Amino acid sequence: MGFALPLRLNGLRFAIGPVEIIRGITLELHEGAPSLLVGPNGAGKSVLLRLLHGLLQPSGGSLEWARPEARPPGLAPRDSMVFQRPVLLRRTVLANATYPLRLLGHSAAEARVRAEAALERVGLGRMLDRPARGLSGGEQQKLALARAWALAPEVLFLDEPTAALDPAASKAVEAIIAAIAEGGTKVVMTTHDLAQARRLAGEVLFLHHGRVVERAVAAEFFAGPRTEEAMAFLRGELFW
Amino acid sequence: MNDLSATLNATLGLLAGPDPTLAGIVGLSLQVSLTAVLLAALPGLPLGALLAVRRFPGRGAVVVATNAMMGLPPVVAGLVLYLLLSRSGPLGGLGLLFSPGAMVLAQAVLVAPILVALSRQALEALWEEYEEQLRSFGAGPGQAVRTLLWEGRYPLLTVLLAGFGRAAAEVGAVMIVGGNIEGYTRTMTTAIALETSKGDLPLALALGGVLLALVLLVNGLAQLLRGAAQRAER
Repeated sequence: MGFALPLRLNGLRFAIGPVEIIRGITLELHEGAPSLLVGPNGAGKSVLLRLLHGLLQPSGGSLEWARPEARPPGLAPRDSMVFQRPVLLRRTVLANATYPLRLLGHSAAEARVRAEAALERVGLGRMLDRPARGLSGGEQQKLALARAWALAPEVLFLDEPTAALDPAASKAVEAIIAAIAEGGTKVVMTTHDLAQARRLAGEVLFLHHGRVVERAVAAEFFAGPRTEEAMAFLRGELFW
Repeated sequence: MNDLSATLNATLGLLAGPDPTLAGIVGLSLQVSLTAVLLAALPGLPLGALLAVRRFPGRGAVVVATNAMMGLPPVVAGLVLYLLLSRSGPLGGLGLLFSPGAMVLAQAVLVAPILVALSRQALEALWEEYEEQLRSFGAGPGQAVRTLLWEGRYPLLTVLLAGFGRAAAEVGAVMIVGGNIEGYTRTMTTAIALETSKGDLPLALALGGVLLALVLLVNGLAQLLRGAAQRAER
């Protein structure tokens, strides 16, 4: 990998009117193990993810990919995103998975092959013709992940993908995320679930009040956070 | 009371007995209204979808204008179209005046704003749900419009039925540009207007009953289709 990465943020800001949500973040995201964005509600995690993915435009600072025009081989996109509540089209499971592939320019046959392979990997291989909106919450999130996985993006942004799922479905989704990361895709993910962050993270970026207050290798962060805010957050005593 | 029972008898008689004249009027009414809805839907639905997904300066004014045009008086639309299609008018060369083609045009003009305004409203709600995901996929405005039109197919069916209702019930415009010529441009509504003016109220009301039955039939069929399609997708 390493086509367009690293992604460089320099004093990145985002405000809605007078309210500043992201207050000057400077960092670089490199290829490698998943980066987990953690922090209390309202810290700016989801907004930051949307800025990184280009769904929101910064109010200040800059966000630059090292090689903006570089793309992974084939028709793979630079980055893709899966949302907390997957937005599924009113179509079959297979049609949902082929949709973005067709948008990228894959032929119908190629899109089908890729989509079927991804759906097989997430355990939905026998549900190709089922209406996507009739799936359970866990299955819907698996479909959303398969849809993104089939694209083979260089970076995959995940916005609290297990927030609305029960423990069993969360575990299954975590396994898929781990497999995507092992496949070479850089995963950048937000979560409230600290146990999940321990399991998945290569590094942790702790956000508070729109700033990255602490960034550390996951094991170090959980063993001994350096900042007062992070310590309070891990003790469950930090509120927005 | 006598009038009402006479009307009921006449309605049942019209519905039961094979009457070639009535069949011709019903056939033309359906043909004109369905063609008009199709003609209006071809630009109307994509335009409504485009208004739902695009933000541009003056969009608010366009939305207000399309909403206002839903109330366009049929007689006014018919009169303008009459002037355009009359021999000395700019479209006189088409030779459409007093033909079913002119009636289709008139109904399409009246139906199009309804389709634009209602489809915009229906698809705007859908766009709120889909916008981030489609933008994330990199879908451009054209792709977003195509996707929304398919994803919104059930609410859009209701929009089309509303358009059909307006077309089927319309009388002023088709009377002006069609001329109500027996066997050629006479529809259900113009026939009702004619019978009313002749004083044959029971027959006029009976024709109204037939028209109502026709609209009910089209809506019922559409509902059945929609239900079957939705069940197949569950």
